[in-house]
Amino acid sequence: MKYFYYPGCSLEHSAKEYDLSTRALMRLLGRELLEIEDWTCCGASAADTASRLLSIVLPARNLALAQKSGETADMLVPCSSCYLNLKRADQLIGRDSQTRGLVNEALAEEGLSYGGGVRVRHLLDVLANDIGAGAIAEGLKQSLPGLRVAPYYGCQALRPFADFDDPEQPHSMDSLIEATGASVFDWSMGAKCCGAGLMTTKKELAQELVADLLDAAKGADCIVTVCPMCQMNLEAGQKKISRMRGRPLEISIVYLPQLLGLSLAMSGGGLRLDLNLALTRPFKQRLAAMAK
Amino acid sequence: MAHSQALGAPGHSARDPFSEISKNLRACMQCGTCTGSCGSAAKMDYTPRQVWRMVQSGLKEELFTSRTFWLCSSCYYCTLRCPRGLPLTDTMAALKRVATAEKYANDRKSPPFYKAFLDSVRKYGRVREAEMMTRYFLAVKNPALPLSFVPLGMKLLAKGKMELQLPGVSRGGKLERLYKKVMELEAAQ
Ligand code: SF4
Ligand code: SF4
Repeated sequence: MKYFYYPGCSLEHSAKEYDLSTRALMRLLGRELLEIEDWTCCGASAADTASRLLSIVLPARNLALAQKSGETADMLVPCSSCYLNLKRADQLIGRDSQTRGLVNEALAEEGLSYGGGVRVRHLLDVLANDIGAGAIAEGLKQSLPGLRVAPYYGCQALRPFADFDDPEQPHSMDSLIEATGASVFDWSMGAKCCGAGLMTTKKELAQELVADLLDAAKGADCIVTVCPMCQMNLEAGQKKISRMRGRPLEISIVYLPQLLGLSLAMSGGGLRLDLNLALTRPFKQRLAAMAK
Repeated sequence: MAHSQALGAPGHSARDPFSEISKNLRACMQCGTCTGSCGSAAKMDYTPRQVWRMVQSGLKEELFTSRTFWLCSSCYYCTLRCPRGLPLTDTMAALKRVATAEKYANDRKSPPFYKAFLDSVRKYGRVREAEMMTRYFLAVKNPALPLSFVPLGMKLLAKGKMELQLPGVSRGGKLERLYKKVMELEAAQ
């Protein structure tokens, strides 16, 4: 089974470990990734503040490149913001002929065209529904018993499209986590916002949102994420946020493919836990003890 | 290049963008579900529900001198829950667009940040984080701002997750033609 692969800008640099662990996991599970040649930025939440048309044209360029390759496949996207933008562009272009006309006039500059039709899938959707917990349980090499994992979905994987999970009470990660032998930490914050891009422009507000999340995760051993922005927001300012709240809120934050990879004894080169910014000592000790 | 020209902002089209936005909100019944769902509402000068009312009442100056919509994180909770199914997150984005195009100085950081982001993409096709942040710092001209990002920058550098790069000064860019065409098309709208 093949997928087009759109890594997006974050996965090239600040979220390298998400890219590497996703590629390694998919290889291990026998899925082929066709990285879109010459892909460019999806516009994130920036394009929409400047130009509505640009916010559709930027993702459309990548959809057009995928289609032009001649392959037929769904497009796998690990970043929730890229996922939303690509999916939104595909829907608007498919639905609205005026938008389609304008987008294609712009794309013609690049010798490209797009009329809709590439199915955009979030990595979580593919893991939960195409691969499934059964495949993880079958391949299990290293059970993670007693590990309490808080599933964090964030916003844009779930909303506005609600394509593969409940947009307010998501649960698609539960069976995947359980398949690793770990247990799901019961909390109600899985679909709340981490502040996203506001961490750069409205830091105080975003840090409050993250503090609420870290607070609610007390009692879990780690939080699992499926988006580079969520991951960065949750892991980067923990010391400062602990000072802000006057209590220790440090907790390990890992990407879902890293957690699944651990249980499948994926090699360190694919896991790249060395690149994560927030792994607590007790968490590392737990992992080391389990590996014995 | 000014932001509005650079991207053919809707403020320069024949239609009044504010009344376009207002049209989308006509069915609002002021129930407040959006405000109750918004994680940023407590920090906003006006709550989302109040924003829709202000748009409908044409209170443009009041709205655009507030910071409200720049606190929207695009979480889509309001859009999901609005009983009238209104495109609320898109409306917040449209307000950001109008404020940027018409140069309302209601927020010192947000427009330069988004501009730095889009300029980086225009030039390289993909965001280069360090280069983009340098553009942003240069535009905001607040010497304390870069310092607040130093700890994270150092961590990312140490892990090889960021490459230092200064903004390119050469002309042209990977997506120059595409951006220009989009501007042109939008201006003609
Ligand atoms: S939830 Fe919808 S109908 Fe209710 S106040 Fe908000 S915008 Fe208006
Ligand atoms: S999308 Fe924006 S306005 Fe709506 S609930 Fe989220 S932060 Fe608030």
